[in-house]
Formats: sequence, structure tokens, C-alpha cells
Amino acid sequence: MFDILSFGPGGWGDEMLRGALMTLLVAALGFLGGNIIGAVVAIARVLGPAPVRWLGAAYTTVVRGVPELLIIYLLFFGGGEFFRFIAKIFFLGGDGFADAFIAGVLALSVVSGAYSAEVFRGAAGAVPRGMFDAARAFGMRPFQMLRLIAIPQVLRYGLPAMANVWQLTLKDTALISVTGLVELMRTTDIAAGSTQKQFFFYTISIMIFLGFTALSDFLFRRAENFCGCHGHAGGKG
Amino acid sequence: MSWWDPFIEAFPSLIKAVPLTVMLATTAVVIGIVIAIFITLARMSGSAFLRWPAYAYVYVIRGTPLFLQLFFIYYGLAQLDIIRHSMLWPLFRDEYWCALLALSLNTSAYGSEIIRGGIQGVAKGQVEAALAFALSPVQRFTRIVFPQALRQMLPAYGNEVVLMIKATSIASTVTIMEVTGTARAIASETYAPVQVFIAAGIIYLALTGSLTYGVHCLEKALHRRGGLAVAR
Repeated sequence: MFDILSFGPGGWGDEMLRGALMTLLVAALGFLGGNIIGAVVAIARVLGPAPVRWLGAAYTTVVRGVPELLIIYLLFFGGGEFFRFIAKIFFLGGDGFADAFIAGVLALSVVSGAYSAEVFRGAAGAVPRGMFDAARAFGMRPFQMLRLIAIPQVLRYGLPAMANVWQLTLKDTALISVTGLVELMRTTDIAAGSTQKQFFFYTISIMIFLGFTALSDFLFRRAENFCGCHGHAGGKG
Repeated sequence: MSWWDPFIEAFPSLIKAVPLTVMLATTAVVIGIVIAIFITLARMSGSAFLRWPAYAYVYVIRGTPLFLQLFFIYYGLAQLDIIRHSMLWPLFRDEYWCALLALSLNTSAYGSEIIRGGIQGVAKGQVEAALAFALSPVQRFTRIVFPQALRQMLPAYGNEVVLMIKATSIASTVTIMEVTGTARAIASETYAPVQVFIAAGIIYLALTGSLTYGVHCLEKALHRRGGLAVAR
């Protein structure tokens, strides 16, 4: 029964593995992009002037109020020219793969960015104001305050919520398959369709996702232990 | 023809698809709450034979994408002989029912976490006081634990309903013509995907926005009537 998962031309093992790795790659890039967008938007919402704050609020509200699938469709079908331009910059060539890959990463970044912005904003609110007063009293410049106080503190308070955003992003990668990008979900569809073993392949795919979830749970818990945050506003430090 | 024409022309058909989206979401949430209550009871019960499967159920559903769960039900289960030869086959053959099943099971797992969190969030002293007053277990639950848990659950459950409205868009992948499915059809007809998908986005925003506002008002009303008795 498991012959079908062997590597090589007869089995789907190598295809499934490649799909799983593509899922991880797209999720990781989307999460990274989302954290960058989230950080910029959170800073804009905390420190920016009124119009900028308003723009940041509009972004998080709109993205979180609209289905992820719709955002993917909008970027994939609406961004053709734009993606070919980006693809050329990165020497990816203008084929379908580049379109789907860039649209996928961009859609995941936009979606997870809206959630991380809220996480960072919430975490920034949890950092005691005295920290910044103390930093100022030590004569720190704004950039030093950001690097030495704000970022480590926000990461510590926000880590449990960031783990949630990562899980969301990982699961949203399945939706990218509608663009034709051959990640885990798309590979599973192809394998299931061509072997007519749908039950088998969707079960395998579910197990792979569960493996990813368990692994990320484990790694995030390690990270939380490392910085001593455990989901609560910790006392030490 | 201006750039905006397809945008405006998309609205009538998209609005016609709103009832299906709302119907799917509400039915799924109602069925989901019923399942969630049983899951919560199992998870909080004294028996490991009930606790363990309930935990696994929640873990599997929360750890995998809804899209994958839908395809597992629609393509995977539909292939099994046990299903094909059972009385349930007419249901599993129907894409609407499969989508509803996937959405209901999905929300039940998240819902059970919300309910459990709400119940566990009630301060121990409250239950101890109820015990000291010799309230029966039923009285303890209906008069002390549940009202306080409800106040804590409500915002989280409101958020879950918003997530469900968004999640119904995945039903379009099994040919259900709710708002997203309709938007795709119009987009491929008019070759104006950007305008049509933006129009659909505005409809979803109106739905989720008004829902968020409604929950916010309900939450305020509950706090006013019962005082701020939410214990941490």
C-alpha cells in the first residue's frame, strides 16, 4: 500500500516531499514578509501622525474582514503585470510558476501582516512605560531604544501570539494551491486525482500538516521558555 | 466603458449570493456550537476515555487547513465503500452538505476551546461560594458558572462567527456559488477580476463589520446588566 509513496517515477513520495517543502518555504517567506509589514504598520499606528494611524487601522480592518481566498484571487488575477515585473527583477522569468509563487508569498504576507500588526501593537502596549522612561534617563537615542528596549520586549510579550500567526500562515498556504502553485495541497490534489486514491492522499496530507503543527508548537514553546514569557507578562528582566 | 462599470455591475449578482453565504455561516455556527458543547463536556470529564479523543479531535482540526478538511470529506470520504453503500451517501454526494459538514466540524473545534476557556476562566472562589451555599450542581452551573462564562466567551465567539463568514468562501472551491464563487464566475466572464473581487471584498467587509459591531453592542449590554463580574 505504501509503494505508492516510494521515491522515483513509480511513487509519489518525492513529489509529496517537494510539495511539503514548498509549503514550508512559502509559509516562511509569507510569515517573514508579514512580520515586516506588521512591524511597519504597528510602528505607524503607535507613533505616526493621525492620517498614517488611520491608514494602518484601515489596512488591518480591511484585511482581517475579508476572506483570505479573495485576497489571493485579487492578487493573483489582478497583479499579473506587476508580478512579471518583480519576477524579472529576481531573474525568475515570467512563467506561471513565478506568478503563482510571488502572488502566493505576497498574499500570505499581506494577510499575516494584518494579524502581526495587531500582535505587535498589543505587545507594545504591554511593555511598561517606565522601561522607556528609564532608557531615556540613560541617555539612549531613539534607535538604541528601539533596538535595545522596544524590539526585545515586544518579541517577548508577543511571542505566544506570533506562534498563532505562524500557524494561521502555515494553514493558509493550502489556499495558495488555487493559483496552481505546486505546494502540499496541490500536490495532494494531483496525486489523488491521477491515482484515484483520494482518501489515502488526503489522509497523508493531513498527517503532514499535523507534523508541521506539532513541530512548530514544540519550537515556539522552546523559544518561549528561552525568553521566559510563557504567555504571561513575566516578572523578570 | 469606464474602469468602474464592471465594479458597479457586479454588485446585484454578488448581493444575490449573500443569503447563501450567511446561511452557510449561521447553520455551521449553530451546528458547531452543539458539537462544541459535547466536545467540551468530554474534555472536562473525569474519564480519560472521553478526554483523550476529544483532545485529539480538537488538535487535528485546529492543526490542519479547513480547505484540506473540506477536500478530505468531499473527495476522500466519498470514495470509501462504507460511505457509498450507507444511507449517508446522498449527503456525501452533495457539495453543499459536505461544505456545511466541514465548516461545522471546523468551528466546533475552535468553539470548544472558547467554551472551555470561558468556563475555566470563572474564579474558583465563585464555585466554592456556591458550594458553601449548598447549590446543586445544576444550580451551580446555570446561576453561577454559565452567566459569567458567557460574558467572557461572547467576544471570542463573535470573532469566531466573523471567521466563519470568511471561511464560507472556501465552499466556492467545491462549486458552491456563494459570494466568492459568484465573484469568480463574474470575473472570468467580464475579464475584470480586480473590480469584481474588490466589490466582493466590500460586501464581506459590510457583513463582518456589522457583525463585529453587533457583538460589541451585545457585549456592552451584558456588562451593563450584570456588572463587571468577569473574573480573571
